[in-house]
Amino acid sequence: MEYISIFFQYVGQYLKTRLTYRADMIVEIFSDLLFQAVNLVFILVVFGHTNLLAGWSKDEMIFIYGFFLVPFSIFASFFNIWDFTDRYIVKGEMDRILTRPVHSLFQIVLERMELESLFGVVTGLVVMFYAGDKLGLEISWYDPFIFILLVIGGALVYAGIFIALATIGFWSDSRTDIMPMMYNIGNYGRYPVDIYNKVIKYVLTWILPFAFVGVYPSSYFLKREEWYTYAFLTPVVGLVFFLIAVTLWNVGVTKYRGAGN
Amino acid sequence: MGKYIEMIRIRFLMMLAYRTNYYSGILIYSINIGAYYFLWSAIYGGKENIQGLSITQMTTYIAVAWMARAFYFNNIDREIAMEIKEGKVAVEMVRPYPYLNMKMMQGLGEGIFRLLFFSVPGMIIVALVFPIELSTNASTWLFFFLSITFSFIINTQINLLAGIATFFLFNNDGLIRAKRVVIDLFSGLILPLSFYPMWAQNVMSYLPFQGISYIPSMIFTEGFKGSQIYEALLNQAIWSLLLIIPVYGLWILAKRQLVVQGG
Repeated sequence: MEYISIFFQYVGQYLKTRLTYRADMIVEIFSDLLFQAVNLVFILVVFGHTNLLAGWSKDEMIFIYGFFLVPFSIFASFFNIWDFTDRYIVKGEMDRILTRPVHSLFQIVLERMELESLFGVVTGLVVMFYAGDKLGLEISWYDPFIFILLVIGGALVYAGIFIALATIGFWSDSRTDIMPMMYNIGNYGRYPVDIYNKVIKYVLTWILPFAFVGVYPSSYFLKREEWYTYAFLTPVVGLVFFLIAVTLWNVGVTKYRGAGN
Repeated sequence: MGKYIEMIRIRFLMMLAYRTNYYSGILIYSINIGAYYFLWSAIYGGKENIQGLSITQMTTYIAVAWMARAFYFNNIDREIAMEIKEGKVAVEMVRPYPYLNMKMMQGLGEGIFRLLFFSVPGMIIVALVFPIELSTNASTWLFFFLSITFSFIINTQINLLAGIATFFLFNNDGLIRAKRVVIDLFSGLILPLSFYPMWAQNVMSYLPFQGISYIPSMIFTEGFKGSQIYEALLNQAIWSLLLIIPVYGLWILAKRQLVVQGG
């Protein structure tokens, strides 16, 4: 309960600080939209030269992208830890985090949230409804619930991967350039995994399971029955990866020695 | 001149201290290029070529575009924004060399480091794993290196513009991010510009962004031939000169309205 109240107090403070630089906030939302548009442009341009991508149509690809945006935006709003090593380990900020009464990971989530990213959820839904309408998809009464479950699963997958990568900082405090590139690799989960060779398919399913944020869960809504098993595994994979990451974090914190201040 | 070489050297040594990370970076870049390769194979789906590029040329294009990015890419826009926010810029401006030149030289030091320790080994690994065609023609390599030098100049000038904008906006993370997205899309890093519809290509031919990634990559894959190469290089050279005007104009305005928020 205490965590929830602290969470909303942080949200309140966050809104105040953001509203100080209103012009920047508007540009930031705009740049998010632009970023999402770039990916759509990619799909549109590519399908200007081909009709099917490994048996998937343009509208299906657009639908997958729309779905992907929802868990991704939730992740991006709360787990801004791509610069964790630089910001917390190298600069010694972790010392301060550890003196706080809440769990260290939760404290970082609170400090680093970027709520304007949640705007992507709206974009994602708009894109999904647009593509779904063109594909003539029907919505059953239970679909919204499955949707929420799959979205949570997907967001946990992303969070798990990035938290696990951030914990590397506890063991080695040198800078890594892995994180920004990871965002790129995350994009490959949006394409039908059949197109990759076995190694990459395996990596995207079981090691860096980004396919569970894009093509697998979307296949449920696109009625691609051959992928249903994977679709329903999404929440399980999300939970498992998130728990592994939090465990790694807890072990990592005990190894933290401080970089001096 | 000596002082600029020293700035490049210091930045180079600074990067060298952290070199181990770059080996993990190469692995990630290779995975990235690999996934792109399969994605493009699926898009080609048996077609011989799209817009005059074969699948091998396309793979080479993607690989070289990402490896060249390691050279021209830098974070000096963020660094300038940070120095303005923290008030350090006031001290920097007192120093006996032009601030903007210093930033550019630091960026160059970083670029040269990444070119030697990242792009070259990365390209060798990628060339071993994926079907990539490296030109055996010495003039292609010469034009390519000339071209990425211009890429660096154009990209750095745009970064300087975004960085200086902090003087007016105080907080411009959003602008910097938007700029990065625009460059990724319009420079031809994600897609060769020849894949876009005609009207979009026309618009982009009037913008400086194609000089950042599309031109050097097309030269490298030999997608440009004969006089096309000279025209492309001339285009880059003109933009490199033209962009000096807004950079210095904005800088003069910025100095007048400098507000140091702390320091």
